[in-house]
Amino acid sequence: MGHEHAHGSYEALRVKALESLLVQKGLLASDAVDRLVAAYEQDIGPLNGARVVARAWVDPTFKQQLLEDATPAIRELGIGGLEADHLVALENTTDVHNVVVCTLCSCYPWAVLGLPPSWYKSPAYRARIVVEPRAVLAELGLELEQTVEVRVWDSSAEIRYLVLPQRPEGTEDLNEDELAGLVTRDAMIGVAKAKVPA
Amino acid sequence: MRRDVAGMRGAAQLPRRNGELVFEEPWESRAFGLAVAAADADVYDWEEFRQLLIAEIGAWESEHGHDHNERDQWRYYARWLQSLQDVLAKKGVVAPDELARRVGELEREDDHAHEHYDREGAH
Repeated sequence: MGHEHAHGSYEALRVKALESLLVQKGLLASDAVDRLVAAYEQDIGPLNGARVVARAWVDPTFKQQLLEDATPAIRELGIGGLEADHLVALENTTDVHNVVVCTLCSCYPWAVLGLPPSWYKSPAYRARIVVEPRAVLAELGLELEQTVEVRVWDSSAEIRYLVLPQRPEGTEDLNEDELAGLVTRDAMIGVAKAKVPA
Repeated sequence: MRRDVAGMRGAAQLPRRNGELVFEEPWESRAFGLAVAAADADVYDWEEFRQLLIAEIGAWESEHGHDHNERDQWRYYARWLQSLQDVLAKKGVVAPDELARRVGELEREDDHAHEHYDREGAH
């Protein structure tokens, strides 16, 4: 009977079994996983990173602090925690475009960007963005001028990266909240530009 | 590097849009939350888990090669779950046979619930 379970449910049972054993052994509160999953699904998402980018666009002092040492700078905005330590912000300019990958295990600044999308963790992205970043970016719909230098950054246990995209033209009249609305998760990974206001 | 990997489908497909699924199945978010919650509770050190995850992903990739047909089977959170089992076994917290027993118990409960449901449904 057990072998007839649909694809995925064997994993579901294993996860459930591990959780129940840890709770039974008194190592984990019974609602610890619920709380954590809810926090990541509801509260922690790319919006945190978007707030950081929008602040950097409007506040040159903050931007300088962010580029010098991102972790204390984002803490100022109330963002911190798992995978947000040792954060480095990379500024995109007209000459340089930064893109982030984790070739080993898909490290990701969760506290700033929420959870990584499935493609970020795929072998294809992890392998190809390093060897042919321009081609991969073009496939993703981001065509860069030949004069733009592409820099690929490999996250590690020591360092996580946040791309600071260029502020789109024609956004002089927007306030910080409106600007944050232009900053997508993909722009902060470096596979897209910030959105142009509608 | 082969160029035709761009034509891949499934989990290995490249990004096309924002707002793509973060978890493909519900158990994946439980596995994610469980690994992070257990590290938060000092059941193991996060870095210890991460090193096992790197090794697990590396082993999977060297076994399956870079043939993209095989990559359709790629599931990140399956490797994640295996690493979680490994770190808990390594720390002596949950031995493999203890896990297997509990999986068996849950499976029987599950089957029983289904049978019960089927009987109810037949009324």
